[in-house]
Amino acid sequence: MMMDSERLAPQRPFRDRSFGLMSKLLRVNWLFVLCVCLLAGVGYTALYSAAGGAPRPYADSQLFRFIGALALMLGIAMVDIRQIAKISWPAYALGILLLLVVMKFGHTGLGAKRWMSVGGMDIQPSELMKLFLTLGLAAYFRRATQERLNEALFLLPAVAAILLPVGLILKEPNLGTAVITAMIGATVMLGAGVRWWKFAVLLGVMLVAAPLLYHHLHDYQRARIITFLNPGSDPLGAGYNIIQSKIALGSGGLTGQGYLHGTQNQLNFLPEKQTDFVFTIIAEEFGFLGSVAVLVLLFSIIAMALYTAISCGHVYGRLVALGVAANFFLYCFVNLSMVMGLIPVGGVPLPLISYGGSALTAVMLGFGVLMSVHVHRDVEFASEEF
Amino acid sequence: MKRDAKDRAAFTRRALLIGTAQFGIFGAIAGRLYNLQVAKHGKYALLAEQNSISERLEAPLRGLITDRFGTVLAGNQQHWRALFMQALAPDPQAVLDNFYRLVPLPDDEKARIAAELAHRPGYIPVLLKDYLDWPDMAVLEVNTPDLPGVVVEVGASRSYPFGPGLAHAVGYVARPNQREAAADPVLSLPGMRIGRTGVEAAQDTVLRGVPGFVQMETNVHGQVVRQLAHDPGTQGQEVTLALDAGLQALAVQGLKDQTGAVVMLDAITGEILAMASSPSFDPSLFDKGVPQATWNAWMADPGHPLQNKAVAGLFAPGSTFKPTVALAAMKAGTLTAETILTCPGFFKLGDHVFWCDNHMAHGSITVTTALQVSCDVFFYQVALGVGIDRIAEMATLMGLGTDLGVDLPNAETGLVPTLDWARQHGIHWVEGSTVVQGIGQGYTQLTPLALATMIARVATGSAVGPHITRRIAGTLQIGSTPGDWPVLDVDPAHLAVVRQGLFEVVNTPAGTAYANRLDLPNVQMAGKTGTAQVHDNTAAEKRQGFNDLTMAWAARPNALFVAFAPYDNPRYAVAVVIEHGNYGGVAAAPIAHTLMTHALTHDPAGRDVPLGGGGA
Repeated sequence: MMMDSERLAPQRPFRDRSFGLMSKLLRVNWLFVLCVCLLAGVGYTALYSAAGGAPRPYADSQLFRFIGALALMLGIAMVDIRQIAKISWPAYALGILLLLVVMKFGHTGLGAKRWMSVGGMDIQPSELMKLFLTLGLAAYFRRATQERLNEALFLLPAVAAILLPVGLILKEPNLGTAVITAMIGATVMLGAGVRWWKFAVLLGVMLVAAPLLYHHLHDYQRARIITFLNPGSDPLGAGYNIIQSKIALGSGGLTGQGYLHGTQNQLNFLPEKQTDFVFTIIAEEFGFLGSVAVLVLLFSIIAMALYTAISCGHVYGRLVALGVAANFFLYCFVNLSMVMGLIPVGGVPLPLISYGGSALTAVMLGFGVLMSVHVHRDVEFASEEF
Repeated sequence: MKRDAKDRAAFTRRALLIGTAQFGIFGAIAGRLYNLQVAKHGKYALLAEQNSISERLEAPLRGLITDRFGTVLAGNQQHWRALFMQALAPDPQAVLDNFYRLVPLPDDEKARIAAELAHRPGYIPVLLKDYLDWPDMAVLEVNTPDLPGVVVEVGASRSYPFGPGLAHAVGYVARPNQREAAADPVLSLPGMRIGRTGVEAAQDTVLRGVPGFVQMETNVHGQVVRQLAHDPGTQGQEVTLALDAGLQALAVQGLKDQTGAVVMLDAITGEILAMASSPSFDPSLFDKGVPQATWNAWMADPGHPLQNKAVAGLFAPGSTFKPTVALAAMKAGTLTAETILTCPGFFKLGDHVFWCDNHMAHGSITVTTALQVSCDVFFYQVALGVGIDRIAEMATLMGLGTDLGVDLPNAETGLVPTLDWARQHGIHWVEGSTVVQGIGQGYTQLTPLALATMIARVATGSAVGPHITRRIAGTLQIGSTPGDWPVLDVDPAHLAVVRQGLFEVVNTPAGTAYANRLDLPNVQMAGKTGTAQVHDNTAAEKRQGFNDLTMAWAARPNALFVAFAPYDNPRYAVAVVIEHGNYGGVAAAPIAHTLMTHALTHDPAGRDVPLGGGGA
């Protein structure tokens, strides 16, 4: 391990704080960008099929959103990571403020107050919050020594910084995103070096708290959990999505029913197929081979994000990259498990593929910061700087 | 530096561990996918084949219309119909072509189907063919595989057990037209009907109900595998009419093949107990679509079978108008119960001679006798004395020539002329016009319903308004309870004088309706005959010896009779008009006699249960 990291560390770190735009562009992980574009292409293909073989209403508008988001990502990648580090806590504060605003003024979609409109664009503050929490925690743990990490008083503010947005998101209510936010926070703390056993304790506390939490869940959230436990009991009720989705996957077989020929998709048995259940279109029409190809693409994004984390010379960058990787992984995990009936339906889209602008923007924003880490992986943080 | 490297190594270890865990989870997802997609492919492919759940709206049952005792007057009958769910057909046009090959349809129906398919949302099926017969059913059943999306289902059509007998009062329903369907999407559901006339139209929204839905599981070929859920919707509310089916049947029988109308009211509440109009038609034809030949025959019939003559037929009231003239004069003070006027058989105004009926001289008589023998000359003089406007004022009070607010569509107001009206219509009003107004001739045009209302008001002295709906969903409507109506603004003493005259009409040998007195102990009917000319015989006709019986049917006078009973405690009021029936006492009064006898012996008014009907 020691040898490994020695080898990965550059021989001559950049000491210059402002290297040129051209050299920055050259340092971007273009393979990563290619994979992101490929996934967007998969999304276009699936959305084209979801509309019954037409670029409208989903595929084209999603493509335009992606192009805009890609430009945003590359733009952020050019920003010095130390500048980003400086605004970590303001960003966190902004995220909390947005959550409070949406709670008070946001409009309701599908029974939950999650959305707000900014200049005609719908955004979900909870999506942004996941990134801002990552930045905040990375900034907090950047200079933490192993000794400090063992102090409960040092960890307490971090835990509070996690629980505050988690509580607000739960209140929206958005169970899925709340759990994902908590897990991202936990992953960043783990990356910072907090002891494993502390997480074991936390997990124990959560298991004890679960029945209490269940008591405070909304009826529809409970219904989801109960339905998940026995989806066949009520084929037209809440379990309908899970059953239809599983049938779509299963009917795909090894090679699929052929593009634009998936019966479940084309005959409209799947509600919201262009958003949360977009994966079923790919699985039904391209079969197991097509689904695995998409899984490989998705994991290559995670692997490259982790590579960026490992190869980064500063703690801040490492933790940010780890958090972004965790966010993307959790998106994929929750969505895919949901589609396959492994966890209760949670309203989490498949990043880069599902139709919708809010998650796409949030994910690409995170990728922009990730690329900034990658580009600036060798810069040095002055200790007084922060 | 050393510490930094150590920290970095620890981070790398943890990051790789996390990455490994994530890879493992992705592997598990891929494994699960393999399980679902490859290992269990057969099971899920079969499910996908079978699995299609579709939903469609279903028309609700229309509310029943019953008479006051619960006898169904308009019900629902089951039949089979073929519907098309466009969303279930991979190629809708091919399915339609197959259907037309198996069940030929006329071109206008095909055009309707094409238009509906273009505009309907998916959950509203399109009607292909209503009233499927057995050969159609069989051929559709056998060819199910070629007809994805075609559903054969039980539908309800409107049935009218009393057929033509209640066609006018109850009305009929028909398919909504395109414009109506566009205004209210529920009406575009196959099986939805809209009331066109009668109570069906007046209470249409009450009768309509709330649509239900059917959830079906269909296979990928659009064939229904099974029905998963069925919400029949909410049937329209039941409308209970004031009608008594027994009285109604007698009214229809009384009219037989004559042209005319009969209305019987509860004189205390204004409830319509019977309402018949003749000739009539079969109301159930509209549900299926009226054959062109039948329609043409209706249009050509001089008796206007589609018109409800009870509310929309306008007739000169003739002598039945005399009680109103008498009341107007008594109110104005130009006539009292004791006033004696002389009838020499004619009345001369300037150089024009107005004859009394049959040129008969009645001598010097009072108003009661004038009513009893229906002396025209007496009322010529009374009308001249009181004037046209005051007659019209009293007529309005009695419910004549005014909007009665009846809960039936197409009701006519009728006309009782005033000087203002004459000026507005450019008519030069002369005294002679006022003279004939005294005997209900001239411009005056009234409906049988208005005449029934008038006689009910004379009988009870309360300003009752006629209405046919007694209960909606069991709730008694306002107006059906004694005391719901205000006292008539007419001196009760004057009413008593008129009632005395009407009593003598029926119950004294000299009365014009003596032949129609009741055969019941201690119960008397009071009434007034009317014989209204519709044609002035020309001099040539008179020379040829034409009289009312020998002239052409359409030129004969209308026969009218209005009556109430019991005389001393009025409860029932009736008006009968027989077009071109000649004499009111001969053609019209017997029908009233029959209805009164039945009403007085069965006493339907104020009750919801028939005599001996278990309610006691």
